[in-house]
Amino acid sequence: MSIVFQRPHALIDKPLHYCPGCTHGIIHRLVAEVLDELGIEGTTVGVASVGCTYNSYEYFNCDMVQAAHGRAPAVATGIRRSLPDRTVFTYQGDGDLAAIGTAEIVHAATRGEKITTIFVNNAIYGMTSGQMAPTTLIGQVTTTTPFGRKPELHGYPVRVCEMLSTLEGAVYVERVAVNNVQNIRKAKAAIKRAFQVQQAGLGFSIVEVLSICPTNWGLSPEKALEWLGENMIEHYPLGNYKNVVLPSDKPASKE
Amino acid sequence: MGEKILMKGNEVIAEAALRAGCRHYFGYPITPQTEVAHYMARKMEEIGGTFVQAESEVAAINMVYGAASAGVRAMTSSSSPGISLKQEGISYAAGAELPIVVIDIVRAGPGLGGILPAQCDYFQMVKGGGHGDYHNIVLAPQGVQEMYELVVDAFNLADKYRNPVVVMGDGYMGQMMEAVEFRDVEKIERPEKPWAACGSEMKREHNTITSIYIDPDVLEAHVNHMYEKYKVIEQNEARVDVQNCDGADVIVAAYGTCARVTKNVIKDAAKLGIKVGLIRPITLWPFPKQAFEKYATTPKGFLTVEMSMGQMIEDVRLALNGKNTVEFYGRTGGNVPAQKAILEKVIKIARGEGGND
Amino acid sequence: MDNQIIFAGFGGQGILSMGRFIAHAGLHEGKHVSWLPSYGPEMRGGTANCNVIVSDEEVGSPIISEATALVVMNQPSLEKFEANVAPGGVIVLDSDLVPVRPARTDVRVFAIPATKMAYEMGNATFAGVILLGKLISETGVVKFESFEAALRGILKPKKHYLIPEEMKALKAGADF
Repeated sequence: MSIVFQRPHALIDKPLHYCPGCTHGIIHRLVAEVLDELGIEGTTVGVASVGCTYNSYEYFNCDMVQAAHGRAPAVATGIRRSLPDRTVFTYQGDGDLAAIGTAEIVHAATRGEKITTIFVNNAIYGMTSGQMAPTTLIGQVTTTTPFGRKPELHGYPVRVCEMLSTLEGAVYVERVAVNNVQNIRKAKAAIKRAFQVQQAGLGFSIVEVLSICPTNWGLSPEKALEWLGENMIEHYPLGNYKNVVLPSDKPASKE
Repeated sequence: MGEKILMKGNEVIAEAALRAGCRHYFGYPITPQTEVAHYMARKMEEIGGTFVQAESEVAAINMVYGAASAGVRAMTSSSSPGISLKQEGISYAAGAELPIVVIDIVRAGPGLGGILPAQCDYFQMVKGGGHGDYHNIVLAPQGVQEMYELVVDAFNLADKYRNPVVVMGDGYMGQMMEAVEFRDVEKIERPEKPWAACGSEMKREHNTITSIYIDPDVLEAHVNHMYEKYKVIEQNEARVDVQNCDGADVIVAAYGTCARVTKNVIKDAAKLGIKVGLIRPITLWPFPKQAFEKYATTPKGFLTVEMSMGQMIEDVRLALNGKNTVEFYGRTGGNVPAQKAILEKVIKIARGEGGND
Repeated sequence: MDNQIIFAGFGGQGILSMGRFIAHAGLHEGKHVSWLPSYGPEMRGGTANCNVIVSDEEVGSPIISEATALVVMNQPSLEKFEANVAPGGVIVLDSDLVPVRPARTDVRVFAIPATKMAYEMGNATFAGVILLGKLISETGVVKFESFEAALRGILKPKKHYLIPEEMKALKAGADF
């Protein structure tokens, strides 16, 4: 019998510490599958950030560097500039990337750093137990917006893809979700393309992955997936915000 | 013997780093160290190295963190307010045991303070500055030639001990020009870095650079390991310049520009029949306690001279451990202790009329 | 011989460069030298100054507490630094820019209409070099040839055509 499904080599065989139903596991797997398919596990350095995924270095089998809160794009810049023939990615959450690390992500993008960012947006701070994130939706209840996020008190949720796609240095920007099988397949394709864009030396690439936090949302995993589909996608439309031609695109673009 | 060239301290810092094999510099402009960035921007482009003008000092130190993780020699430079911003990254680098080099050309504080020279960063560089139990190795040049040598040494020490090394000079050390001879570059040591996160090539287990250890026992063991390393550094790396101390009436403790001014005071005092010695720590951490212990009881008193309200004096007092009096003379705000003022203080101590005001 | 010279004037007059030329020339002679600039906010538009030490011995403090010479190109600088000159020291000033003379009687004062002379030579930027000529002739801090070597070392090759003119200005200052 042939093996049709197994753990990607780039994912270490180890139980994840994430809460039951958390989609980080899916996203980790997608990244690891891409590293396997591109054959770049041995030439990739990943950057873990601060938040629930602080120790993602325990799961990814490539070399990993753990960064201070929000600083992953700066750390990745240092690594990529030192190792021009390597592939470098950051794996960041919404608090890390869109609040404390806003300056670092914007400037890494505008410099066109040849790095790939996997930006996991679950509209809440998970690790520190459910506070408002910059991406928390209007009306969403969190431990620091106990009566719901109100624009007059808490401002508006940040749309990262829309913002970064205005920058010349950011050449591939796509938002995906992992709330159903179809979207997970699209997410994988986007993550793969983001790495290919980096390998082609074209500039900064980012994939925003809409994700869930059943624990802090106070929902069952199933309900959380529904909530993502019904509420988050409306505010954070899925799709490509910026694209670039890859050498491998050429045959398809002949039509 | 090479040629002697007249160069600014800041330019010598950059040239020294290049000669030490540093090809990755990340900075952010701030007076009075900006010439380091100017020099690096030009040279790195010429030689194909990396110069990034970061979006902030915070980003710059984290770029250094990344580059050092990847196994290359990397440096950033700044001045006091910018160093405050870098402290987060320095603490992380210390925890992750990364060899990084940080230059601090100190200006007067607190707050935005002023741009003129000061030594008021002693506490933040020598005593920590960032969070957690750790030490930077801190080197304090007294002039442009020594600036060159200490910056080269900084890279060697950083790699040898996998530890952040700071070269700290007051604003004058960066701004002044003196003759420099770029000698002994062959002494550069480049150890292998099997721990670096540079891609496993599937030939080894994956490497991880991290400073987080959630388990208290594991973290304690890690910190204990760091402190074992610090013990070795304290035993092997303390450096000091001792002048005129045998039989001295008064011994002055000073570093950087204050040590230079004190050298004139030694001559002035000699004309009055007073023998003044100088203990000039070259490493502020590890602090050269042995030199102080050796001369603890021989002079009538010690005088610490600083461009601050008195920071190094705490280490002088600890080193002397109550065996002699330690008086203080300092100026702050960007002022430098005047030769005459130090001399007056020395005369009083020599005559047994000392006592802090 | 220990020369401790303060150069002072307005920013933009080339004060820092004057000090640099002397320090370079001193180094050319194998002397110990230091050059310490003011880099305070006064650099832009206000007063600029530098401390230059040229010595047979290793330089102790690069900060001058008692100057053996002062070269000044504006009135506020004279007022600020006059007291720093040691008795018997030298003050060289541009009399076109410093209308009020030093009050000191225990120093040797050389007032030279350097700005006017420079205009007459067809290059206003020579005023500083003219003053340096007098400084060199009165203090012997460096030799004229060393100054020429310093110019060659500092000026970009495309500016080397200026060197004979600069040297002429230097001699004119010395002979005034």
